[in-house]
Amino acid sequence: MFSRLRSLAVTLSVLRSMRVPEITSWLLSRMDLPLLAHRTESAFSDFKLPLMRGEAIAEATRCLFCADAPCIAACPTSIDIPQFIRKISTDNVHGSAKTIFESNILGMSCARVCPVEVLCVGACVYNQLEQPPIAIGKLQRYATDRAFAEGWEFFEAGADTGKRVALIGAGPASLAAAHELRRLGHACTIFEKRATVGGLNTTGVAPYKMKSDRALTEVEWILSIGGIEVKMGVTIGEQISLADLERDFDAVFVGVGLGSDSALGVAGESLAGVHGAVEWIERMKLEHLDLRAVQRVVVVGGGNTALDAARESLGLGIPNVTMLYRGQREVMSGYSHELDAAMSEGVRIEWQSVATSFGGGNRIERVECVRLDESKRPMEGGAFVLEADLVLMAIGQSKLHAMFATLPGIAFDRGSIRVNADGATGRRGWFAGGDCANGGKEVVYAAAEGKRAAHAMHAEMMGEHAHA
Amino acid sequence: MPDLRTNTGGIHSPNPFWLASAPPANSGLQIQRAFEAGWGGAVWKTLGIPIQNVSSRFGAHTIGGVRGAGFNNIELITDRSLDINLREITETKRLFPKHPIIVSLMVETESEWHDIIKRSIDAGADGLELNFGCPHGMCERGMGSAVGQEPTVNERITGWAVKHSSVPVLVKLTPNVSNIVPHGMAAQRGGAHGVSLINTIKSIIAVDIDRFVPEPRVGSMSTNGGYCGAAVKPIALHMVAALARERDFKLPISGIGGICNWRDAVEFILLGASTVQVCTEVMLRGYGVVEDMIDGLEQYMRTHDFSTIDQMVGKAVPACGEWGELDLNYETVAKIDASKCIGCQLCVAACHDGAHQCIHPVEGTRVPTVDESECVGCNLCQIVCPVEGCIELVQVDNGHARASWNEHVTEGKPIRPKKGAH
Repeated sequence: MFSRLRSLAVTLSVLRSMRVPEITSWLLSRMDLPLLAHRTESAFSDFKLPLMRGEAIAEATRCLFCADAPCIAACPTSIDIPQFIRKISTDNVHGSAKTIFESNILGMSCARVCPVEVLCVGACVYNQLEQPPIAIGKLQRYATDRAFAEGWEFFEAGADTGKRVALIGAGPASLAAAHELRRLGHACTIFEKRATVGGLNTTGVAPYKMKSDRALTEVEWILSIGGIEVKMGVTIGEQISLADLERDFDAVFVGVGLGSDSALGVAGESLAGVHGAVEWIERMKLEHLDLRAVQRVVVVGGGNTALDAARESLGLGIPNVTMLYRGQREVMSGYSHELDAAMSEGVRIEWQSVATSFGGGNRIERVECVRLDESKRPMEGGAFVLEADLVLMAIGQSKLHAMFATLPGIAFDRGSIRVNADGATGRRGWFAGGDCANGGKEVVYAAAEGKRAAHAMHAEMMGEHAHA
Repeated sequence: MPDLRTNTGGIHSPNPFWLASAPPANSGLQIQRAFEAGWGGAVWKTLGIPIQNVSSRFGAHTIGGVRGAGFNNIELITDRSLDINLREITETKRLFPKHPIIVSLMVETESEWHDIIKRSIDAGADGLELNFGCPHGMCERGMGSAVGQEPTVNERITGWAVKHSSVPVLVKLTPNVSNIVPHGMAAQRGGAHGVSLINTIKSIIAVDIDRFVPEPRVGSMSTNGGYCGAAVKPIALHMVAALARERDFKLPISGIGGICNWRDAVEFILLGASTVQVCTEVMLRGYGVVEDMIDGLEQYMRTHDFSTIDQMVGKAVPACGEWGELDLNYETVAKIDASKCIGCQLCVAACHDGAHQCIHPVEGTRVPTVDESECVGCNLCQIVCPVEGCIELVQVDNGHARASWNEHVTEGKPIRPKKGAH
């Protein structure tokens, strides 16, 4: 599950060998994170092309500037979309980017990775008018890319409050929370057990939406507000205990995401060539994979990770890509626009089918499957075989809650940390957001939850002073 | 098949679409290409004593991403020699004998007018257009709008031209006056056979906000230019209608100002123009735009059972009145068709912030509701609504008989209680 990025592994082992006090905090504003130049993901180009200035202005001009706009309500971070689009239409790109980042500091990556079809763009009133909805994601990318390219700075840290916040995990939720906490004047320390930062934005996003270097650029940009210390290679519960955190910090934000890929528990699952999809995608994004011998891929699962893995396999030139999903299209959790894209690109899907075992000698060679009837029972005579050189298991990820279960007051819902609308757990000072609390959703939810939690933490830490 | 032939003051044209006196009508080869594309006539770029122009000359007003929605220029009259222009007029007439060439003229003294009129007619001009409108450069030299703004000068010079001309004379009027009517009347008194309007409006099109110089920029300076293009159409329509409504004004009108398509042309014709002149749309898109103008006009005439242009000319003039003649008891309210509403709520914002606060959001739906007891029927919601036919202004039978303000004041006719005035 850990990254096998060799150049990072050295750093990782050095960090691991240190005791906590000696751990050099990796201030990413000065970082040059070593990414391999020839990563497998480099084979992809953006499937949505950036807008040129003229295109952006023309598209922005189409926006109706709705009152009480449905797109804002559909955005988990409540970006004032009509306002940022209007600013593009007047060539006020600086103001546009500011509007976006005010609501969502991860607005650059969200512009690329958000499932806009089911969020803002899906809510655009043009959908009711038999006209194309406004390309909100592309416009957001236009403004935020420009901000990055120009090096515009919009935010500065608030006056020092003397309060310290620990954030566990360096993914989108923690980054959004830390940035907001810095604006409010609190000192932040992010603990990251792994050798890379940015969470799934760095290791999990389909490379035709965003590559890992872009995600790292965003992390650097967020950290440029200053005062956010990132301690790499630190596992809470190992080098630092929960009690240490409670003693040394005024509040703790848990943004640890999800754990390793789940397994089916059938025979042959440990054969070489059978991988968890999240693990494989991370390796594909950070490493150089030798896929020359791979001709047939079977992806098990029907969620968005499964669809990503299937589309990525096909995009890497693997000719035969088959998804194995136990349900019908109607109940599939993957987005229908992603499914349509996958099918149009040539992904085959075996509906209402499950893998019963994996076969082969040293490596995976075939997947034994069976078709299910309406009540999910194996159909008589429904057995079939799919030949495979690579199997990607995308049937969910484990939950990382074990270490927090020892803390009284912290409760769980189906493995996710239970929080209220502000991200507060049942234990004073402890907040959570992102996948570990929402069960696994897009980065935009993590960004929203991190920011909301930051304000709740601020209110709790400052007590009556919060409104001063 | 509708008959598009027109007659403006004795100038006969195969269709009502003329090139206005401007860069698209600068030379023989251009006008010949325009005639091939379908233009009915052309007003030759103003002849006079050739001038020296500046760089640059044009500026554009960009509205909502549409470049050139408004346009201006600081170009003067022709910079080509009179001999060359006249030779090309002759050549063009030889190639296109049925297409009228109206020669625009601007000189100072009567002898100059006499001379240039004779030479233009000898070259083959079917009509003359006196440029009393140019609002930049030439007016500083006592010509152009300097003439058009003084009815007595206008009448005198028109009189000279008519005296020396054997072909119809149109006077091109400047809109840079508070009331167009005395200027049209001056042309009539001078004996003109028709008027054409509007010429361009004095304007500064834009300012270069980095260099602190208006546009179009000539080195480190600029000057006011003449405003034209789609954005000036409402001003032009008003001025055309003002003359058409004037009982004592009898001259035919060639309409000019922001005409971009057949629909614009129809509007000018319905308000009294018998031909229309186009410049900016051709400058921006070329002569080919005339195809849609002709085609669209023909289709319009078919659907409205017009067989000739004459049947259309001035058809909307009787409906142009004074405010005091409007029926104060005519009442409408906005109705939103919920089945068409897309829930953008632009009408809510517009009504709340810009009108009479009578359209409200409704809990549980994106479709707003109209408080008809407060709705004044102002029309703003219908204007901002992006869905055709979603908001209609529907007449309310309030039981009050027609009463205009004039009738109320002079005859004491009762008017209905005010709405939305609390």
